[in-house]
Amino acid sequence: MQVRVQSLNCGKDGIVMVGIVIVSHSWKIAEGVKDLAAQMAPGFDQIRAAGGLEDGEIGTDATRIMDAIQEVDQGDGVVILCDLGSAIMSAETAIELLDDAEHYRIADAPIVEGAIVAAVEAAGGEDLGSIIASAEESRSESKL
Amino acid sequence: MSRVYECLVKISETITENKDFLTDLDREIGDADHGINMTRGFHAVVEKVPSDLEDIGAALKKTGMTLLSTVGGASGPLYGTAYMEAGKVVAGKTTVTAEDIKAMLEAAIAGIQKRGKAVKGEKTMLDALMPALDSYTAAIEGGADMGAALDEACKAANEGVEFTKTIIATKGRASYLGERSIGHQDPGATSATLTLETIRDFVKG
Repeated sequence: MQVRVQSLNCGKDGIVMVGIVIVSHSWKIAEGVKDLAAQMAPGFDQIRAAGGLEDGEIGTDATRIMDAIQEVDQGDGVVILCDLGSAIMSAETAIELLDDAEHYRIADAPIVEGAIVAAVEAAGGEDLGSIIASAEESRSESKL
Repeated sequence: MSRVYECLVKISETITENKDFLTDLDREIGDADHGINMTRGFHAVVEKVPSDLEDIGAALKKTGMTLLSTVGGASGPLYGTAYMEAGKVVAGKTTVTAEDIKAMLEAAIAGIQKRGKAVKGEKTMLDALMPALDSYTAAIEGGADMGAALDEACKAANEGVEFTKTIIATKGRASYLGERSIGHQDPGATSATLTLETIRDFVKG
């Protein structure tokens, strides 16, 4: 997996800080992907999981996604990774309900691989467009 | 209890009564949760929308937001958006006219299309709602009142549901089944029709 990294320069002044939100029908998947991605980018903490419903049931919740986006939005945008199906519709609904919708973008990428790439690049101060492009490259990579 | 809240309670009752039916339909061509999800969503609506809220737009917006966060499946963002968009059309109003209902249906359909990117004929809720809107519009243009026009809308919606049995699903979970989806009516089109019928009964009631 190709990952462009300048430096792991998290949280320093003047550095671009894109946030990441992980959306899954399962809170376990969302939390797990977040943990894995965070481990690949130590010190980077602008990443939130928005998986499952309020009571822990399987499903997606646009208002939880909205809250997560607002939590990680440092003004440089937010990249969103989704598992499948209605997760994307929920994420799109969440984006539409917020002002600055153009700064929140869903990456058309596999949730795990995309999240890892996004975390490493975001930690390195890459901008939103760059992170989306890199995350989406992971779509075409073979596993074997 | 405000009129709009009463109507929402009636919708919730209809959905709940049909919970197993909707779930069984969804078991045939989906993931067997439409009835469960919609019931959960509408129970939350009845709980969260203030019962004395007279502003119909505000009540529908609150309904939409509640469905977004409690339904869980695709019907959450789809119905959630539908109710929110319909609510925008009647913001601040405490009564609705026959024209308002047409505008609300148009807005709901546009919202569902924007969200789900389906068109007519893909075996979705739109296959009930779009014919319903056409029949409703024709009826009021022909001088019918709200109740009579809603009768026409419900007739068309039911025909739409029957139509969904004959076609292949090309959207949503059912599309994974391909040809095997033929012969089964769409759960979303069914719940949409049940909703319209409840509204019709309430208006005429």
